[in-house]
Amino acid sequence: MATLFQGLPSSTAFSSSNKFNHAPAPTSFSERKSSIVTVRSDARWSPVLNSATHKPQRLITNAVATKADSSLASTSSKPGHELLLFEALREGLEEEMERDPCVCVMGEDVGHYGGSYKVTKGLATKFGDLRVLDTPIAENSFTGMGIGAAMTGLRPIIEGMNMGFLLLAFNQISNNCGMLHYTSGGQFKIPVVIRGPGGVGRQLGAEHSQRLESYFQSIPGIQMVACSTPYNAKGLMKAAIRSENPVILFEHVLLYNLKDRIPDEEYVLSLEEAEMVRPGEHVTILTYSRMRYHVMQAAKTLVNKGYDPEVIDIRSLKPFDLHTIGKSVKKTHRVLIVEECMRTGGIGASLTAAITENFNDDLDAPIVCLSSQDVPTPYAGTLEEWTVVQPAQIVTAVEQLCQ
Amino acid sequence: MASSWSLIKRSRTLIHHKKKLAFLGIGSAPTFSSSSSSPFMKRPCAASAPYINNHFRFLRRFESTKAEAAQLELQHYVTDDDDNNQVIDFPGGKVAFTSEMRFISESIQKRVPCYRVLDDNGMPMKYSNYVQISKEMAVKMYSDMVTLQTMDSIFYEVQRQGRISFYLTSMGEEAVNIASAAALSFDDVILPQYREPGVLLWRGFTLQQFVDQLFGNTSDLGKGRQMPIHYGSNKHNYFTVSSPIATQLPQAVGAAYSLKIDGKSACAVTYCGDGGTSEGDFHAGLNFAAVMDAPVIFICRNNGWAISTPVEEQFRSDGVVVKGQAYGIWSIRVDGNDALAVYSAVHTAREIAIKEKRPVLIEALTYRVGHHSTSDDSTKYRPIDEIEYWKMERNPVNRFKRWVERNGWWSDHNESELRSSVRKQLMQAIQVAEKAQKPPLSDLFNDVYDRLPSNLEEQERILREIVKKHPEDYPSDVPL
Repeated sequence: MATLFQGLPSSTAFSSSNKFNHAPAPTSFSERKSSIVTVRSDARWSPVLNSATHKPQRLITNAVATKADSSLASTSSKPGHELLLFEALREGLEEEMERDPCVCVMGEDVGHYGGSYKVTKGLATKFGDLRVLDTPIAENSFTGMGIGAAMTGLRPIIEGMNMGFLLLAFNQISNNCGMLHYTSGGQFKIPVVIRGPGGVGRQLGAEHSQRLESYFQSIPGIQMVACSTPYNAKGLMKAAIRSENPVILFEHVLLYNLKDRIPDEEYVLSLEEAEMVRPGEHVTILTYSRMRYHVMQAAKTLVNKGYDPEVIDIRSLKPFDLHTIGKSVKKTHRVLIVEECMRTGGIGASLTAAITENFNDDLDAPIVCLSSQDVPTPYAGTLEEWTVVQPAQIVTAVEQLCQ
Repeated sequence: MASSWSLIKRSRTLIHHKKKLAFLGIGSAPTFSSSSSSPFMKRPCAASAPYINNHFRFLRRFESTKAEAAQLELQHYVTDDDDNNQVIDFPGGKVAFTSEMRFISESIQKRVPCYRVLDDNGMPMKYSNYVQISKEMAVKMYSDMVTLQTMDSIFYEVQRQGRISFYLTSMGEEAVNIASAAALSFDDVILPQYREPGVLLWRGFTLQQFVDQLFGNTSDLGKGRQMPIHYGSNKHNYFTVSSPIATQLPQAVGAAYSLKIDGKSACAVTYCGDGGTSEGDFHAGLNFAAVMDAPVIFICRNNGWAISTPVEEQFRSDGVVVKGQAYGIWSIRVDGNDALAVYSAVHTAREIAIKEKRPVLIEALTYRVGHHSTSDDSTKYRPIDEIEYWKMERNPVNRFKRWVERNGWWSDHNESELRSSVRKQLMQAIQVAEKAQKPPLSDLFNDVYDRLPSNLEEQERILREIVKKHPEDYPSDVPL
């Protein structure tokens, strides 16, 4: 079940010099620990093998894990191609649509307009109007339509223009999408992917800044994943499309223009795995989506202050990857959860409960969960900023936790 | 206080009753051209508007722009009897303008007439036009209507005896169930509400299978997970019933869309009640079907009651049929207690839907003779004599029986044989089902996903541990 996730060294600080041509291959291939190529600010790099080796000067400027079993060749030349996150999503979508004629997309403005975030740009011209379907504005209906199409053999991808609008589709998602495979005794399957941007953007107002993962997490029968980098966006998109279960893929409005390098070869990630962003020793920081970047920024400061945080992007919001998380907790004995959900009933709340239940004996201190306040997201920029967890808060929390 | 309320209540039901009686006055069916693919003419007052042939429909969804096609169509609606012949264009097409400020009334003077073939005595009415059916078809239809009726009465009793937890009958709606099913092919995908088990019966679902679902035993295709009546069988192209009302309507559009992509000569058929037409999904589903050119047939069983809510409190329009035009959908109102009328309408609607790739709305007027379900006592909100009237004088099964008998295709002997045979089979099936094993504990966790994820594995393990520790609390007839 566990597929090794594969990544590449990447950073915007890569220079065009040939220093990368002489990368020695990392020694551990078979374990799930990843090796990371670190990039210093002076663009020299050095490989770091297992997280067991402790190097306090390590500095990760970009939060992408590398292939554990990478061959020499792939790290030696400038591998892959660069693109933005929304393009990575599109690439994943396009590849799957080419591979399987049953895959189709439906949503508002996904056809000729190319989607409000351009994820489906060009697909309508390539695959035709029927496979990239523009729908009227009725989320419950086109979600229902997708479910009906799935039950009859298609594999639709339903795009919500903003995750918040999928609240209108809650009835179809909860009562039908999650349930019909079960209540029909396994006769009908619903391999839909429901995706869209969510999270707090830049002054989009309260209704467009919803974190729907907290509302959906209870629904039985669905899987939820959140992407955060172009690499995992494409991999998760492909995995979600290929999955026989209904999957909700959470994207973040502010991450669509993230640029990164991804492999040319085809790859599919596992829907149930978390991603080790930065191995460490002192504290486990669990996060996902946009907060990953706040955490990594805080990690820079923390490293300078002498801490060694282990950062895990949980990616899989339902079910949690308790294997990876557990291993980390057993190592560091301290947990900090950083999320964008609200305090009450968010992913962090569930994660806290899950970790406490399963790994209580391994904890040296109570779990700390940093989340947004239980308020609608205000429009004013400064107020909006204060509802989202900032790196400074993360640094303070780690310092307190590690006392 | 109490007395004036009961007066008001009574008068409301009288009006209700009168509206039903008005249907008796409707005589001949509207004519239609002999070619089976032409749709019916619309209401007389819209005579000037020509019906649209299929030219423009195929343009959309296979090419990029749809607005052009729509505009071309709508231009046809700019007719000569407008005040000025001057025309302006707006997004959506050209429209004639008038200097007279005239509000469209909320309803036309006359209600949309109801298509019927047989009168109350089962005699074909003069000048009636309908799709002929063979003897075999007629006998099968009648037998299935009797079977459905018998099933309903027996299963209702079984629930009252406490042997199953819940049941709801389709009494009074046997014609809608069976005749609509008979007019369809087995490739047509059915998305039911919950009062259409007759469709499944027609398609070959056995009595044993029905009973197994009611008892939720191991032979139930649904593995005991849903309440009684929530049948589902992918083999019979009958989607599993889901309790929330009208959720199946947009799903039907999706199923039709899937059939269209596959190029199948089949359509999606979905049912709802009069209450279901108030749901948002109804409106969006119809709108979607029209925009997507989806081959769906929407059959609305307008049986007058949504639990205790009569249709006057459900909508203010002239029933459901007028809503079709609002969405650009061909619609017809049919006497739902007339098996031949329902058969003809559905048969024709199916051809329209498949050949012209467009949705059709059928409003079948009928009456819910039984209570909403075993959790309801409808005598609390409607008069018993009203129920009796519809049960006896307006019974669809008896009406069709008279027609079949008159053709010499059915006798009293057949009748008694059939009824006793069905009863016997049902009793046997119930006995078998009652004794059968219940689904095992593992079925509590299977099929939530395609494979068991770790959290569910854990939860199953914990549950099994609890059961092991407290075997006395665990039912002995449920395997682990």
